[in-house]
Amino acid sequence: MIAIQHFLTLSSMLFLIGVFGIFLNRKNIIILLMSIELILLAVNINFVSFSYFLDDLVGQVFTLFILTVAAAEAAIGLAILVCFFRNKGSISVEDVNVMKG
Amino acid sequence: MQASEMAFYFFSVVIVISAMLVVISRNPVHSVLWLIATFFGSSGLFILLGAEFLALILMIVYVGAVAVLFMFVVMMLNINFDQLRSGFTRYLPVGLLIGLILFVELSLVFSHWIPANSYDSKIQDSTIGDVENTKQLGLVLYTDFILYFQLAGIILLIAMIGAIVLTHQRKRNVKRQDILTQIYRDPEKAIELKDIKPGQGL
Repeated sequence: MIAIQHFLTLSSMLFLIGVFGIFLNRKNIIILLMSIELILLAVNINFVSFSYFLDDLVGQVFTLFILTVAAAEAAIGLAILVCFFRNKGSISVEDVNVMKG
Repeated sequence: MQASEMAFYFFSVVIVISAMLVVISRNPVHSVLWLIATFFGSSGLFILLGAEFLALILMIVYVGAVAVLFMFVVMMLNINFDQLRSGFTRYLPVGLLIGLILFVELSLVFSHWIPANSYDSKIQDSTIGDVENTKQLGLVLYTDFILYFQLAGIILLIAMIGAIVLTHQRKRNVKRQDILTQIYRDPEKAIELKDIKPGQGL
């Protein structure tokens, strides 16, 4: 019998892998964006499993919205990346220091 | 062991291993391919949970659009990826430490957490008669959640406009039609008539 704890464990593992990836690939923006996608996927798995185990459809509706926002975020992030590469000739995070932030 | 349990463990192993390989893979193209494997695994998990519509949307939107977008950018930009990996071993202890701290925190939470059985105030019951998942979702999405649905559409529109504005570049040496100069063109000044004497030229 698969309980909700199984799904929560899986999604927390996925979330941790995403956070680990953000720390590990601090220079490569493309892998950073992929790690963010992994984190959002973990959130989606949480939502859908709660929706199933509580017999409530709202979790699936919210997963749909998270999917939308994640797709928009990936598109904008990659557009900024292409724009940045055109100006600087590199995608290293260390080169993002124009505004001295 | 039931078939559903076996399917759950199979998809979980696929998801965890391929997510790990997304993060530690040396070549970003391989990372994108492992990301696609992760999405396939979670799509199978969604089908196991009875969310068929979301599973197929995940496959269409993520595998068909987002992962291909990543692949496109990775291959379009000429990037020296070995140089980007230079701090990999330096950041490894920090990443492991943060991961360990988060893991301990989450396991502390999960070991003492018991799901409340008295969840009666369902916002939207997912078992409306014999209706399948997609129709249920549509019945809820276009009525109760119409505002959020429209806002999601606006977010997508803004993202589309933003991506086009950011990446569109105007070419310098391409001749374009300028309508104002065409309108304000004076036919009197456009053609100049000259009376050329024979044998002299201009």
